[in-house]
Amino acid sequence: MSRTPLDTVEHAAATPDVELPWAELGLKKDEYERVVEILGRRPTGAELAMYSVMWSEHCSYKSSKVHLRQFGEKAPQSDALLVGIGENAGVVDVGQGYAVTFKVESHNHPSYVEPYQGAATGVGGIVRDIIAMGARPVAVVDPLRFGAADHPDTKRVLPGVVAGIGGYGNCLGLPNIGGEVVFDACYQGNPLVNAGAIGVMRHEDIHLAKASGAGNKVILYGARTGGDGIGGASILASETFDDAKPSKRPAVQVGDPFQEKLLIECTLEAFKEKLVVGIQDLGAAGLSCATSELASNGSGGMRVTLDDVPLRDSTLSPEEILMSESQERMCAVVEPDKVDRFLEICDKWDVIATVIGEVTDGDRLEIFWHGGKIVDVDPRTVAHDGPVYERPYARPDWQDALQADDANKLPRPETSEELREQVLKLVASPNQASKSWITSQYDHFVQGNTVLAQPEDSGMIRVDESTGLGVAIATDGNGRYAKLDPYHGAQLALAEAYRNVATTGAKPLAVSDCLNFGSPEDPAVMWQFAEAVRGLADACQQLGTPVTGGNVSLYNQTGEVAIHPTPVVAVLGVIDDVARRTPVAFQEEGQLLYLLGDTREEFGGSAWSQVVHDHLGGLPPQVDLERERLLAEILISASRDGMIDSAHDLSDGGLIQAVVESALLGGKGARLIVPDGLDAFTFLLSESAGRAVVAVPRSEEVRFNDMCGARGLPVTRIGVVDGDTVDIQGEFTLTLEELRTAHEGTIPALLA
Amino acid sequence: MTARIGVVTFPGSLDDRDTQRAIRLAGAEPVALWHKDKDLHQVDAVVLCGGFSYGDYLRAGAIARFSPVMETLIEQAKAGLPVLGICNGFQILTEAHLLPGTMLRNDHLHFICRDQKLRVENAETSWTTDYTAGQEIHIPLKNNDGQYVADEYTLDQLEAEGRVAFRYLDFNPNGSQRDIAGVTNEAGNVVGLMPHPEHAVEPLIGTGRTDGLPFFTSILKKLVNA
Repeated sequence: MSRTPLDTVEHAAATPDVELPWAELGLKKDEYERVVEILGRRPTGAELAMYSVMWSEHCSYKSSKVHLRQFGEKAPQSDALLVGIGENAGVVDVGQGYAVTFKVESHNHPSYVEPYQGAATGVGGIVRDIIAMGARPVAVVDPLRFGAADHPDTKRVLPGVVAGIGGYGNCLGLPNIGGEVVFDACYQGNPLVNAGAIGVMRHEDIHLAKASGAGNKVILYGARTGGDGIGGASILASETFDDAKPSKRPAVQVGDPFQEKLLIECTLEAFKEKLVVGIQDLGAAGLSCATSELASNGSGGMRVTLDDVPLRDSTLSPEEILMSESQERMCAVVEPDKVDRFLEICDKWDVIATVIGEVTDGDRLEIFWHGGKIVDVDPRTVAHDGPVYERPYARPDWQDALQADDANKLPRPETSEELREQVLKLVASPNQASKSWITSQYDHFVQGNTVLAQPEDSGMIRVDESTGLGVAIATDGNGRYAKLDPYHGAQLALAEAYRNVATTGAKPLAVSDCLNFGSPEDPAVMWQFAEAVRGLADACQQLGTPVTGGNVSLYNQTGEVAIHPTPVVAVLGVIDDVARRTPVAFQEEGQLLYLLGDTREEFGGSAWSQVVHDHLGGLPPQVDLERERLLAEILISASRDGMIDSAHDLSDGGLIQAVVESALLGGKGARLIVPDGLDAFTFLLSESAGRAVVAVPRSEEVRFNDMCGARGLPVTRIGVVDGDTVDIQGEFTLTLEELRTAHEGTIPALLA
Repeated sequence: MTARIGVVTFPGSLDDRDTQRAIRLAGAEPVALWHKDKDLHQVDAVVLCGGFSYGDYLRAGAIARFSPVMETLIEQAKAGLPVLGICNGFQILTEAHLLPGTMLRNDHLHFICRDQKLRVENAETSWTTDYTAGQEIHIPLKNNDGQYVADEYTLDQLEAEGRVAFRYLDFNPNGSQRDIAGVTNEAGNVVGLMPHPEHAVEPLIGTGRTDGLPFFTSILKKLVNA
């Protein structure tokens, strides 16, 4: 058998004219030329593989970087931030010596191709990011967006995604405590499968992805390396799905949650014995990413023998081994005298672990195969010095017309009966309907620390059993608002998540984001992106909640049609004692209902405009971040001091949606009175931001009113928890039974 | 003195720490047992907890049943050691033939997680004396393979002997025959059920009920009074 000679560094230097498939690997001509310039010769095949995956949009953020810098430049001063942007996940101080790490990522494209595995490996990836920081994962959340609920393809994608998230997360023993499910035709060919995770550790246990200390060993552990997902990172992020190029659709990786569970336990055991100097998970770009990032973040170089990588498929070429995205693998840097103990722990958990290299005192990343040197690079040039694009952006010419198409001018219900019908239609619409058919496929209870889970405003996990310290997380995003005004739409996403955390009684501390947009090569999309990032960075600055990390997903478009710009924001909060948390459900009849905040006529992008008129136009609700901050402070104080027994934030669907949810969850109705100065329609359905509805025990009424009055928060008494109907005095009555049928029947009817 | 109750960790066990907490909250001493270790370390009782042992890729509980720790456990359970199997633990106990019947995939083919209403049918087993017969309780349920099946003869016999320990009420979440949620062996020392009592032991956590705590106080009383 004859073989072409191994493409070593030496061979590459001697054969400068060999053509390499850089274009097929997703590199642009100027990017390839830059690689040649960096190396001073043509790259070897292995080097090309590494540069191509690491310089892909997915790994290098080349289109978004120039904008994302604002998250650092405008970062508010926060004592809570322990590790910021740039590591596997940000870390926040939550007090009592505890640190919490959290992050949201996208797994959009793979989940459209293969819903179950795409979503499952999305959970796996984010959880490994959390472990890599040194934390035990304690919960996951899943913000999901699909095409129209009644579209046949949604019935293919959604059940697969939900089963994949459940199948993987449930097997890991991680409670799923939050997230969202949104339907909109704009996501038909581009569902958004975002996955978030939270981990908890002690301050001293924080670990970083860096390889330091010459002579330290590099250990690859976890699953064997196979041929899955090769080039996925590169090709998935650099090409849209286009019917003309089916061959570009790569294999989606396959997840093994059992292997990941073992990986969690053996990694945490190794951390506990302080065996690990640096650690990195293998996600997109696999070993290319792990080796180059570990080496470039540390003080030395690294030498790796690729022959030592345990393989599932012995025919893999070195390039494929470097690019493989086989799941459930991690890379640890361990001092030589601790290697034996590290391997012992892996063996205890039946996890394969292999020393594949060591840290050197040089500054090069060198990789060997069959005795030949096939990679010799400065790791920084691979991991950090990728191309940076100043993509042109321009406000689209249709933006003015969209904003001029005012939703406030749409025909409104003319009679109480018509208003009643629209309310009933709204609470039964797929976006407003109960998602319990979906969330009941996720384990909420495992680990025994779940204080709140969906459909609560935020998920809440107890961190310390003795003190009751807890953390809360909410994720929100509204692509319709962002389409109308990306700057304020992004701020509204933050405001809602921030409000949701405060509504449960927790103090918002920090932000992670998942920015889902269309093609950056379209100036209109790039404008949406730039505006959303600017809006989010400004709002984070004003609210004092730094962005700790996140993810950008571009090319979410089919042909020329992009999804709505969809920044999804996760806010993490802390609560000193979870016993003080406030749930959504009405607790006791006779408690007084108060509306906090101002209600204006704001219907642009509203659920009402979508459900009743299939309309998207006008402006989203006004943003007042100082008001959000005040509202949050009031909600947190009221929770802490026992002044409120239930609370619900107002967002899409307005007040009536919130009241119906609280009533159905509590099994108790409400009598509402339309306040002076408002018409019933605006009162019930406007989506003005900065509002919440709370239930106050009569004994606390004076104290609560005094607090709001003293702090200057508008507060309106709107009714009382009572009976088994939702009664809008002088307008209409809906029984809890008919509301429950409407609210809970929709999703199973469409998808079960 | 208190009782020492072992909790076995298999690879893929998920509720081992939660179960240890429930044992502690009941006032007993939890003891971690390891699947590769045949030694039960002189514990007074054992809980096989929930999870996906060995990934459950073959059939839930099918591989765990052959692990070293199970060799000793099967022998001692037959000699009277109290054993509680929760969810995956119940599946392992049926695979080990310590309890009759077996579990199939849920009839609706989805994982299901909910607050489940149950009726305690037998309050005389080692694990249920702090309940009263006929008592209705709420215990979280979460499983993929929870459909209890057995042949008609076995089912009739279980019912005749009072060995159906728990039954689903109002809603059968997985298609289990005769709404069976849990069963006991003849001696009453080995009990298995699909719902998770260890997730219902603290007022603030999970569903906010403590209906599961009597499992752990029942066994503690039995062991301490023995």
